[in-house]
Amino acid sequence: MAFSFRIDRRSGVPSYVQIVQQVQQALRLGLLQPGDRLPTARAVVEATALNPNTVLKAYRELESQGLVETRRRHGTFVTGTLGASSADSPWRAELADVAARARAAGLERDDLAALFTDVLEDLYPSKEPDVVSPQA
Amino acid sequence: MSYPPRPDAALVADGVSKRYRRRGPDVLDGCTFHIPAGVVCALVGPNGAGKSTLLELAAGVQRTDRGSLEAFGGQVWAGHPRVAHLAQHRPLFHRFTVAETLRLGARLNVGNWDAELATRVVDPGRFHKDDRIGDLSGGERTRIALALALGKRADLLLLDEPMADLDVLARQELMGLLMAHVADTGTTVVMSSHIISELADACDHLLLLDEGTTRLCGGIDELVAAHAVVTLPGGLDRLAGHTVVEARPAGRGTSALIRTAGAPGDDWEVRPPSLEELVLAHLAAPGVPGLAFPPNPPSRLHVKETAA
Repeated sequence: MAFSFRIDRRSGVPSYVQIVQQVQQALRLGLLQPGDRLPTARAVVEATALNPNTVLKAYRELESQGLVETRRRHGTFVTGTLGASSADSPWRAELADVAARARAAGLERDDLAALFTDVLEDLYPSKEPDVVSPQA
Repeated sequence: MSYPPRPDAALVADGVSKRYRRRGPDVLDGCTFHIPAGVVCALVGPNGAGKSTLLELAAGVQRTDRGSLEAFGGQVWAGHPRVAHLAQHRPLFHRFTVAETLRLGARLNVGNWDAELATRVVDPGRFHKDDRIGDLSGGERTRIALALALGKRADLLLLDEPMADLDVLARQELMGLLMAHVADTGTTVVMSSHIISELADACDHLLLLDEGTTRLCGGIDELVAAHAVVTLPGGLDRLAGHTVVEARPAGRGTSALIRTAGAPGDDWEVRPPSLEELVLAHLAAPGVPGLAFPPNPPSRLHVKETAA
């Protein structure tokens, strides 16, 4: 399955994280499905000019998340799925309700986003420090 | 993709010194470092820091005045079969055609030549068969010189500003080919550049030189993890106990790049430095001791200490 990565070097997000996120996003949107073969790490290296260790780190992370599986000499295959699209989610209505009430109480969009990020951080503490550092 | 393990360090320097004129300055002055096999090492430093000289010494094109330099556990010498060098001035025969230049590469490296890779780097469709090297642009000559370096099946590639005169498309293409080559062969790369941001994605190792000595050497992740950018209320006295590389006022407080040692204060903001910040801070602080992973062993030679 042809799949290209777009690495934004000035985004402040480490390159290997961008690779992981783009695969996750593709899974969420149904652009990648279980059984699809990802490009070889070597092909990604040549296309992105990233250090091979960076790409391997990303593929290992996807594997540890149960989203892909690497079979020697065959390639790396999508094995997992990620949650339904947001429109179908049963949680959407509840979240929309809370957001509407918060807005009526005077919260701006950024306030609400920051609040929700805080809640998520408490619930799902990140494994890596959640720091946006300027990329060199 | 495989990484064949190579037990010998790719390049080890111990107290290397070099000057060009009898009473001239030392271009390299007690330079000591250790570059393990299999890394892609960024060689960084201001103009005059000794980067090109170091690469020439490692390629055996120049001789050290003092100190030792070893590649894979053995002496370096010009024409070392496991070492390839892309010199800053791209030495090529200007009257040769592109095809003749590639044939030269094959003849100079019999039994050790990857014709397919050299051809892929050159990308012959770009050139007319009668083009002579002397007619080509700087970027085109760089491409061909890089092809010669990669075509030699070397385990250590010494590249002096390989991307300097390449346009943005060529940079992406050739860096991609270089990284893929590293992925395929596990070859060690030491490449110099002024543009740190370009190196950050390709390199996993750093060698920072300034005034002929090593300021930083080690894995980039390790070096970054050993430092922090901290912002805190109060002055430098609050940073006692930490090695401060560089500090500046931040309103009523201070912002500093430090070597982490122990827990930060509760009221400190802490974040990791970018590679560029790390390099700039150390260049601005020549008095701060250098840092190397693994730590440099005590030199067998007398090494001039940097003035405190």
